[in-house]
Amino acid sequence: MRLNLSGHLTDHITFCYTGGQRLERDRPTALFIHGAGHDHSVWTLQTRYFAHHGWNVIAPDLPGHGRTNGPALESIEGLAQWILALAHKLGTEHPVVIGHSMGALIALQVAATAPVLVSRLALVGAVAPMPVAPALLDATLSNRDKAHALINQWSFAPHSQTGASSIPGMNLTALNERLMQRQAPGVLHTDMAACNAYAAGFDAAARVRCPTLLLSSAQDRMTPPKAIAPLAAAFDKDIPLTRVVLPDAGHAMMSEAPSQVLDALWAFVNSSHATGQPPT
Amino acid sequence: MSIHRNAGADTLALHAGQTPDPVHHSRATPIHFTTSYVFEDSEHAASLFNQERAGHVYSRISNPTNAVLEERIAALDGGIGAIACASGQAALLLAITTLMGSGGHIVASRALYGGSNNLLAYTLPRFGIETTFVAPGDHQGWRAAIRPETRLLFGEAIGNPGLEVLDIPELAQIARDARIPLLVDATLVTPMLQCPLDLGANLVVHSATKFLGGHGVAIGGLLVDGGNFNWEASGGHFPTLTEPYEGFHGMDFAEESPVAAFLLRARREGLRDFGACLSPMNAFQILQGMETLGLRMERHVANARALVSHLVAQPLVESVSWPELDSHPDHQLAAQLLPKGCGGVFSFSLKGGRKAGAAFIETLRVFSHLANVGDAKSLAIHPASTTHFRMSRNALLSAGITEGTIRLSVGLESVSDLIEDVDRALYAVQKVLA
Repeated sequence: MRLNLSGHLTDHITFCYTGGQRLERDRPTALFIHGAGHDHSVWTLQTRYFAHHGWNVIAPDLPGHGRTNGPALESIEGLAQWILALAHKLGTEHPVVIGHSMGALIALQVAATAPVLVSRLALVGAVAPMPVAPALLDATLSNRDKAHALINQWSFAPHSQTGASSIPGMNLTALNERLMQRQAPGVLHTDMAACNAYAAGFDAAARVRCPTLLLSSAQDRMTPPKAIAPLAAAFDKDIPLTRVVLPDAGHAMMSEAPSQVLDALWAFVNSSHATGQPPT
Repeated sequence: MSIHRNAGADTLALHAGQTPDPVHHSRATPIHFTTSYVFEDSEHAASLFNQERAGHVYSRISNPTNAVLEERIAALDGGIGAIACASGQAALLLAITTLMGSGGHIVASRALYGGSNNLLAYTLPRFGIETTFVAPGDHQGWRAAIRPETRLLFGEAIGNPGLEVLDIPELAQIARDARIPLLVDATLVTPMLQCPLDLGANLVVHSATKFLGGHGVAIGGLLVDGGNFNWEASGGHFPTLTEPYEGFHGMDFAEESPVAAFLLRARREGLRDFGACLSPMNAFQILQGMETLGLRMERHVANARALVSHLVAQPLVESVSWPELDSHPDHQLAAQLLPKGCGGVFSFSLKGGRKAGAAFIETLRVFSHLANVGDAKSLAIHPASTTHFRMSRNALLSAGITEGTIRLSVGLESVSDLIEDVDRALYAVQKVLA
């Protein structure tokens, strides 16, 4: 689905993957936000499942990524405003907002900025703050190939580096590298710099009013589970907080362990919680 | 841009695509001899069928043993994934039919394996797909042959039978300019000698029957996708990938995955409907061969070099065609694109025509007389009396073959035995011509 977000931060064509389904007013909506240097296709299996199980799926390509043109936006706050503009344009009511890595920071900021809008929040592979290693940040500017190699090295669990793929016949690290290569030069650096500069994570977490899932992977070297505790502690104690750690995956868990990620998300959106807008 | 490898080629050849079986902890790749896979429940079944969960449904479409082979060759070649097929021919056909239907057009190298030539020149035209053949080194010819309906450029890394070296970087540029993918048959080089995707090609096919397996016991083919072609930016030339496909839930493959659209369609349509899948037994056997690919290719090249050096000095040998020789027209290109060697296959011409060729072949003891290449055992064939025996002398010459041409696929035997075998055969030729 392509739409024009004219007047909302960028005057460019925006692409949203919907799982091949039309958006219907009487369905709950899940908004999936991809991470740095990626596009909507990192969610391909999970979004198809949601879209064919009674949900509206909105998985945009962020500005400057994939099929959405225009420059990449330089701050998490700006990206969150863009997502809110997108949700407004689509008339989305009470979406579940799901983000991965940089997308998780955006989702967090969205939920903090519009606490009444968001019914549930799922942060996948998220820590806050999200400092980017100087070597990686430098490489995103000076040597993209090296940056891609570092990201793959830190994003995939050791057994995923050369081992059996969860998706038959696919070489997942190469798939991720090609996806990053497809983004315009400079996009990855802008994304990483935005993650590195985002300092409002704890404040944002404190303003979240909906049930929240923190989904991480035991072998994640980009956003290690042990670094999640400060973020988890920043949420209001009254907010139902669910933590799930996948044992056999890394940061690229949507491709390394697609069914486990789907199961965790599906259980979360269908669970009953005392607070927050119900998804259905 | 090439893909970063997570390990050296010899390590990937042993490990890529496989982790020890988590249930029984078997170190070797298990042979999953099953046609189908039990669903957890109806919901699980539906989500597998609709591409909402990853997994296996039916072994015509995917199989765990085949998946190891697919991921291994993809890791070696620098591809995003691969599909194992019943043969190299099946892999080539799968690539073509995924990209085009009736009305499509291919520009292909004239120096092709006979089976590929038959497919393109005689069989596919019956289904409305035409091919224009050009000399592999005629770059202007490649450009000139491209038409509005051209959907693929195709050549072999090392051509048949003249061992022409395909200028992959140049052809990749021609392909990019025309927004057409370049497919390379890398059977004779294997990822140990050359990775065409690293040189700019978009797709690779292998006859795994040859050097990849190496043992000559299993037929198989592999189709590897570089994930480096932008189907959506091709001007609508690939509707199979960029428009909804009613045959699979209305899926728009490029929308689903801009990088993996080709493999999605090839597996979900081509394997599903044409059915040229690989037996898991064959996949296992090819995997066994691939574990030693690096070692074997070094030995193939070393033995071939030794035999070439020996043959060029023989008075009964008119010429030797081998890109590593100064006399070969692609010598410089080979040094640039094949620095580790030009493989284990070469041809040479005997003085004395068909009679000499027949005498040579019939005297060999270590070399086996048969129509194959890439076996661990040394192989020989005399095209003028076998594969090309109906052709006149002039027709042979136009195909780059003389009546005395012998093609050798040099195996892994002790090179002294191979030289002795060749000398014995040359002595027989001398006696016949005396």
